[in-house]
Amino acid sequence: MSQELIDERIGKEYSAGFVSDIESDTLPPGLNEDVIRFISAKKDEPEWLLEWRLEAYRGWLEMATPHWAHVDHEPIDYNEISYYSSPKSFEDRPQSLDEVDPQLLEVYEKLGIPLHEQEMLAGVAVDAVFDSVSIGTTFRAKLAEAGVIFCSISEAVHEYPDLVRKYLGSVVPRRDNYYAALNSAVFTDGSFVFIPKGVRCPMELSTYFRINEAKTGQFERTLIIAEEGSHVSYLEGCTAPMRDENQLHAAVVELVALDDAQIKYSTVQNWYPGDANGLGGIYNFVTKRGVAHNRSRISWTQVETGSAVTWKYPSCILRGDDSVGEFYSVALTNNCQQADTGTKMIHLGKRSRSTIISKGISAGRSSNAYRGLVRMSPRAEGARNYTQCDSLLIGDRSAAHTFPYIESRNPSAVVEHEATTSKVSDDQLYLCQQRGLDAEKAVSMIVNGFCKEVFRELPMEFAVEAGKLLEVSLEGSVG
Amino acid sequence: MLVIENLHARIGDEDILKGLSLTVKPGEVHAIMGPNGSGKSTLGHVLSGRPGYEVTAGTITYNGEDVLALETEERARQGIFLAFQYPVEIPGVSNMEFLKASVDILREHRGEEALDAVTFMKRAREACTLANLDHSFLKRGVNEGFSGGEKKRNELLQMMLLEPSLAILDETDSGLDIDALQVVAEGVNNMRNDTRSFVLVTHYQRLLNFIKPDYVHVLADGRIVRSGDASLALHLEEHGYAWLDDEVA
Repeated sequence: MSQELIDERIGKEYSAGFVSDIESDTLPPGLNEDVIRFISAKKDEPEWLLEWRLEAYRGWLEMATPHWAHVDHEPIDYNEISYYSSPKSFEDRPQSLDEVDPQLLEVYEKLGIPLHEQEMLAGVAVDAVFDSVSIGTTFRAKLAEAGVIFCSISEAVHEYPDLVRKYLGSVVPRRDNYYAALNSAVFTDGSFVFIPKGVRCPMELSTYFRINEAKTGQFERTLIIAEEGSHVSYLEGCTAPMRDENQLHAAVVELVALDDAQIKYSTVQNWYPGDANGLGGIYNFVTKRGVAHNRSRISWTQVETGSAVTWKYPSCILRGDDSVGEFYSVALTNNCQQADTGTKMIHLGKRSRSTIISKGISAGRSSNAYRGLVRMSPRAEGARNYTQCDSLLIGDRSAAHTFPYIESRNPSAVVEHEATTSKVSDDQLYLCQQRGLDAEKAVSMIVNGFCKEVFRELPMEFAVEAGKLLEVSLEGSVG
Repeated sequence: MLVIENLHARIGDEDILKGLSLTVKPGEVHAIMGPNGSGKSTLGHVLSGRPGYEVTAGTITYNGEDVLALETEERARQGIFLAFQYPVEIPGVSNMEFLKASVDILREHRGEEALDAVTFMKRAREACTLANLDHSFLKRGVNEGFSGGEKKRNELLQMMLLEPSLAILDETDSGLDIDALQVVAEGVNNMRNDTRSFVLVTHYQRLLNFIKPDYVHVLADGRIVRSGDASLALHLEEHGYAWLDDEVA
């Protein structure tokens, strides 16, 4: 976010007594127990949840910022952030696309996003929003018929308190890590999904359909519960760039797959990466983890092209026997972006299996690290892991790193790790250009080819958009 | 029409072409022969605009346009095609996808309508059959895991689909067995017409048993030292290149 925005927020006059002043819509910057009480009161939360938040906050105060990731950024002043701001009112939104940053529209254009979707993404207060409301309504009716619950986590706290209380923090404990603890203390919204026993969710669930709640701020909390034998596919984000004003995003996602359940979680992350000189951009520090019970399957697919700094390790705890964990990742960094991303596969169950396919692409002056842990516990009899970790370098100023951690405490477990590093060669570019393609098209085609194994895992429409997104993100990386 | 006049080119500090002149008219087939290191392959890369090749003097025009002022891809869009001696692999990018992207842009540049997917597939399969490649090669990554001979035939496949007006074949015959050589020759002969020109860069005469050139040029030390008709190639076959030393000196 721009310095002006930070200044603007810091410079905001202190509106005294925010605990009593429930009517106020935006909190001044700063973090303390009163702020947490304010958020909880604003959302009319039950007492246990307030206590839960405060406990997380007290834990966070004792923790230190993690420094092990291969990233370098200015320290974050948590007292400069405002922790609650209600969505912009209808009147404050841009009234038409004419009022939206033309540069942003240009990118939408390149991605081939239809006009009414552009309006939704840019938050324009016109028909599109009404459209989405009506889409959202039909959508909900269909889900309700199947017994599927899909709503915001705030709603769930009121409507399904038992489920939330049972599962919230069951996968990512409040004090799991620095950013997860912060999120637990101050999360404002996010998604809640519940698939009852034996139900196959009739459609792909996507945050896209909850566009009215898209601007839920930087501390999202998502909880997905798939009961025995159920199936669900969840899509997070969209391929269009999100010019969010927030500097820090610390989200938590928890997945619970009970016996024989399957959860497929796909992400396309394209937050603002900062400018070509590394000014601005989002810090994306996310904790995502799933627990897989007997014979269940959790599959993470991510395409990460945005954010100035990414710190993200979608993981699987393979608790049940014959459970399956999968991680398919494309992480692209350009200009001055930094990414430290990967996964953890914790094998507890017998014959549990995991697959990791990671594709890192570094262009410009960026740095891209894969960090992955495969742990075979003593009782993980006959467990297997296969890891393939490929890096592709573009130009001669970018960097790729691989940090694999393998811990095997069971002699019958099998762990395979393959890694490659390659470069987009001048000869490949020459061949493409000799056949009439310009250098940018050539690079994007070569990079798409490199990512093919991961794109195959994405839902069809997403895969096409992800390909285009790489093309846009790679602009200016050659020549 | 391709007109090269007094072309001098170097790679790094090394002068390779030292005053080469050549004119290729529409419909003509020219063979460029010569000993190793005489500059045959350099000529092909300078024509197609490979980075790292510096032209220090001379001119190249194609259909009146200054070729040296054009980027590599712009030359390709003008109809100049180079069949590579050592085709490079592009893993994960299918031959089909690559060819479609290329055909689309070349057709667009020629002012022709884009081919629909069905028509393109049909043509691609036909070209595969002519190049003696199984149709499954269309789905494989560009040259990915292809044998040497398959790579050469894949170049032929590309040439047939891209329909260039000037095709330069850089030692496409080397490393091919006699059957594959005939496939390549047949591909070229099928494409010969009044407007399309070919420059065949070759080390051996045997390709010319199957493709009858209009002219044969002998390149030595960066210059064309002798030009003639097809019989010159036979003369070379019989006497080798040693006799050239006397002429160059």
